[in-house]
Amino acid sequence: MGTDDRIRGNVGDVPVPVFESIAATLAPPLDRCRVAIVTTAGLRHGGPAELARAGDASFFVLPGDARDLQLSHFSPNFDRAGFTADLNVVYPVDRLHELAASGVIGSVASQHLSFMGAQFEFSTLMVDTGPAAAQMLLADGVDVVVLTPV
Amino acid sequence: MLAHVFEAAGLATVALSLVRRQAENIRAPRMLHCQFPLGRPLGRPGDAEFQHDVLRRAFALLARTDVPVLEDHPVVIDDQADEPVACPIPPHFDPELPAAVGEVRGLRAAYDRQLARSGRTLVGRERDADGIGELVARFVRIGEGASLADVGFDDHSAIAASQDIRAYYEEAALALVDHVPGARQAESWFYRSTATGAALRAARDALKSAGANRMVTGYLLPATQ
Repeated sequence: MGTDDRIRGNVGDVPVPVFESIAATLAPPLDRCRVAIVTTAGLRHGGPAELARAGDASFFVLPGDARDLQLSHFSPNFDRAGFTADLNVVYPVDRLHELAASGVIGSVASQHLSFMGAQFEFSTLMVDTGPAAAQMLLADGVDVVVLTPV
Repeated sequence: MLAHVFEAAGLATVALSLVRRQAENIRAPRMLHCQFPLGRPLGRPGDAEFQHDVLRRAFALLARTDVPVLEDHPVVIDDQADEPVACPIPPHFDPELPAAVGEVRGLRAAYDRQLARSGRTLVGRERDADGIGELVARFVRIGEGASLADVGFDDHSAIAASQDIRAYYEEAALALVDHVPGARQAESWFYRSTATGAALRAARDALKSAGANRMVTGYLLPATQ
């Protein structure tokens, strides 16, 4: 069993909220969609680099043209060298711009968002910061969100 | 979890997954499970074609109305933690310095080359590159029996410092091997082959023996190191 598989075994059954009904929004045709990234990698831009606090349910705005991003995620239990070499392996912003240029998607959001993953308490995410993030994306005309973990 | 919130607000979502069991439990509307290394949800750094394939498969789920949908990317990529990257380590020649601190100095040029090449660094949570040697010296003292407070750390700053040190080494390694290592290869080189990696492990073990907060002993190093 590999290292990642051992960690998957430890976290796979971490309790999560139960959703009895599943809301599903139908997107317009992809070539007309405005697409944003929301990552749970704990990325940040601007300000001093810092380590996120465990359980931090806030989110950070990543300007669309920013590439000098910090990884503030609290957990040491994932590979960092891939992100160091190519941020698109976590945050595929350059890939989205290529897809927009080739007409596969309509456009790329002007900003993207980042939360910290490895959460064990979900109330704030569900009733406060999650809905606030959604409203920010809707205000930018976003249709589709790509969610990326680490 | 966020996918449910966003969909309820009127946004369509596609979520990449790295832990299939979690994906099964959370039941987000549209998920693409990627059996790729943790930390690499798009699979292969520097491989735009592969990353486009992941996105194309994720976007294909948008048309699905039979939610929840959980599809698997057909490619499996494993971590390579058991194959540490082959990376030179500077010799220890200054008897006035702990070996780990000398090692930090010896890797500075490589770290600087990687920073110049990429324009970004993950070092800086607790100290910048100029302060890495001093942070390492504190962990050497912890390994010799000092407490966190003795060396000026609290739990949070100790973890932040450990992540700065790891980033410094992994970024230096990228310059030294001149290719992108497989997942966890640079991590394993750092923790298993370098004097500083040994110092961090010794510090973690000493803190455990002293009954330190499990948060700090659990997050100072990856759980599998």
